[in-house]
Amino acid sequence: MTTTTQSPQAAPDSRTPSRAARLLADRRLPVAATALLFLVMYGVGLSRYQFYGFAEPQVFLNLFIDNGYLLVAAVGVTFVILSGGIDLSVGSMIGFTTMFTAWLVERQGLPLALVIPLALAVGAFGGFLMGYVIHNFEIQPFIVTLAGLFLFRGLCLVISKESISISDSGVSSMAQAQVSLGMGFLSIGAVVSLVVLALAFYVLHYTRFGRRVYAIGGNEQSALLMGLPQGGTKIAVYTVSGFCSALAGLLFTLYIQSGDPLHATGMELDAIAAVVIGGTLLTGGSGYVLGTLFGVLVLGLIKSLIQFEGTLSSWWTKIATGVLLCAFILIQRFMTTRKKA
Amino acid sequence: MAEPRPVLEMAGIVKEFPGVRALSDVDFRLFPGEIHALMGENGAGKSTLIKVLTGVYSLDGGTITLDGESVRFASPLQAQQAGISTVYQEVNLCPNLSVAENIFIGREPTRMGRIQWKRLRQEAARLVDRLGLDIDVTAPLSSYPLAVQQLVAIVRSLGIGDGDGDGEGAGGGPGTKVLILDEPTSSLDRDEVLQLFALMRRLKDEGVAILFVSHFLDQIYEVCDRMTVLRNGTLVSEHLVSDLDQVGLVQLMLGKAMGQLEELHEHQLHSTAGETLLKADGLGRTGSIAPFDLEIDKGEVIGLAGLLGSGRTELARLLFGADHPDSGTVTVDGKQVSLSAPNGAIGAGVAFCSENRKTEGLVPDLTVRENIILALQAARGWTRPVPAAQRDELVAKYIKALDIRPANPEARVGQLSGGNQQKVLLARWLITQPKLLILDEPTRGIDIGAKAEIQKLVVSLSEDGMSVLYIAAELEEVLRLSHTIGVLRDRRLVARITNGPEITTSKILETIASGEHQ
Repeated sequence: MTTTTQSPQAAPDSRTPSRAARLLADRRLPVAATALLFLVMYGVGLSRYQFYGFAEPQVFLNLFIDNGYLLVAAVGVTFVILSGGIDLSVGSMIGFTTMFTAWLVERQGLPLALVIPLALAVGAFGGFLMGYVIHNFEIQPFIVTLAGLFLFRGLCLVISKESISISDSGVSSMAQAQVSLGMGFLSIGAVVSLVVLALAFYVLHYTRFGRRVYAIGGNEQSALLMGLPQGGTKIAVYTVSGFCSALAGLLFTLYIQSGDPLHATGMELDAIAAVVIGGTLLTGGSGYVLGTLFGVLVLGLIKSLIQFEGTLSSWWTKIATGVLLCAFILIQRFMTTRKKA
Repeated sequence: MAEPRPVLEMAGIVKEFPGVRALSDVDFRLFPGEIHALMGENGAGKSTLIKVLTGVYSLDGGTITLDGESVRFASPLQAQQAGISTVYQEVNLCPNLSVAENIFIGREPTRMGRIQWKRLRQEAARLVDRLGLDIDVTAPLSSYPLAVQQLVAIVRSLGIGDGDGDGEGAGGGPGTKVLILDEPTSSLDRDEVLQLFALMRRLKDEGVAILFVSHFLDQIYEVCDRMTVLRNGTLVSEHLVSDLDQVGLVQLMLGKAMGQLEELHEHQLHSTAGETLLKADGLGRTGSIAPFDLEIDKGEVIGLAGLLGSGRTELARLLFGADHPDSGTVTVDGKQVSLSAPNGAIGAGVAFCSENRKTEGLVPDLTVRENIILALQAARGWTRPVPAAQRDELVAKYIKALDIRPANPEARVGQLSGGNQQKVLLARWLITQPKLLILDEPTRGIDIGAKAEIQKLVVSLSEDGMSVLYIAAELEEVLRLSHTIGVLRDRRLVARITNGPEITTSKILETIASGEHQ
């Protein structure tokens, strides 16, 4: 039992929190805030560039096409952050997967049907190994996945120092395939990313594994004492993240049609930023994968807006991301302290 | 009580931590349909025994028999599945999840792997109703006060074995055979305690064996049938509650006669020399405590009385420089002390034992020796390490003087009991030979025996000329030890009462209530 002498004027125990307090404490609030931000930004885009084609539905759909790989990676990171961990190996894993895939397809001549499952398995196994080390040796996820970051980036260079462009006809036909939606189209990558998002939502909210992820993020010690298999869950979370990174790598390969040892450098940070902007608490236990979608869309929209503006350097993307990230972390901080008080 | 065979039998239980033998050769048995109290001081091994039983700690020796079968649990989950449910002292739930989820997590009703949220909420509402709790099961746990969270923890532990509450996907537990309640009442008010007891009796009638741990002796006598007493990690004896009175029980727990405890009550306050050691002038901090004047004589014990949150700790923190004052000065031995950081106060011979010994005082992963030497080393500065021989001698001296158990300087502090941790913290400051020792709730959460020892120590320190500022929630304690009693109310020092035979706890209570001293 902990008692503090700090708050004599603290209200006596109230059994039923007031409606305002419950609204403020509602965990969906940050997601709503991000969604609102997206809508406002989209509205600004419409008003400024409507005569330059911004109002085309395809501009909106392009957000999914151009950021599908980021969405998949960010979904994996959402699992990790919800469980109270962090995964820094995402960008390297994506880069490695592009190299690995390009090398197998171009240099070894393996069929895509074999390469895709192989690449996914390697990614999942990499994530599993990191989770295993984090759990069994009780090492900070930050350090373990940092090691993963260097390891996979290094492995890229072991495969080849040069980039490998893919000329395989199967890959290019897949890359150019369009799924028509009437007013526009989506690429295969975008469709895959939305399927991943839906699956992640189902897993997080309708399976025991998903709820364990939240429980561990809420209070790991309690989760253990409540008899939840906390070790297995942790390892599974990093496996999911590894798998998602590899899948993101495949989508990125499809998007860019080459493997390069420097592909996706620093993309783990974009993924983490998207998750945080999407309202997931970095301390774990609170957040929604749907928020991650909005986080990715907001980041993608910043890029589009800057392209439409035309005169701005692309570095403004980074600056805008930095400002948003800072703002959202401050909002989170404000909300959590309000909850404690 | 019918006595069929015990549902649970533990024999020859041994548990060792590095440097500490927490349990040696303990036997314990539990019958179906009884409420059994596990008694002992802090550090007697109660919590360890429970954690060994529930699979949190591995067993180093001995056997556990449940329903005639030898068992050994590798995790709390296994113990739960075998029908042993536990509610711990601290609420071990996930504050970020809803009440319903906390009750069911790990065994949610599922169909084809999909959680049936509607059914889960209905079942949770039903279980909560059974306890007579009126709460919204869909609200996050963190929106309820600690007491309610504790009751939710009990609901959870009951739901575990409950065939109805289980659901087909959960693999059908055998039902709760043993319910362990480890200090569940420490955060409950009287009504909630009664509610809990009613529930315990109902479960007892259903044949559940309940293991109950509580520091409140009255509660034990109110609700328990049988008790087992532990001391220093060994079994003392097992009794029917009706066979042993409270005095006898305390003697068994402490291993010494009551007389020793009572001798302190009659101790005479020695007189002080009347030489001023510390003088605070108009010291205050907005939002923390209103400006106050205070004088402390050499060898004087000043007790601070007041309600929780009346500013007792804040006053002490200002004197020590832990908080930066807005106004006023402090002089020690006539010299003004800089209060921008505790360094100034430490240099002037002021020592501060925090009430949060876990978070603000001790470093649990360091050894007893390292923790004790910390402040002395800090006072010398890091360029002048304490010589090893002098260090070991000092540590040995204080371990002996304060009777820190185990008397092993290499034991990790985190594994000591609360009372012994407090003594380590005291030793750390005593070693710097302070002129003024500030003790903030030094006896909170520790048992009667250790409490008496710490109080005796305060008396002997002040007799040796050390001044002590003593903060305690229990008025009796303050009254017993202090020459002067400072009364705080609403963050203001409202009265300074010179202790004497005519001063009683009710007089002090009056002052706290009215804010005036007659």
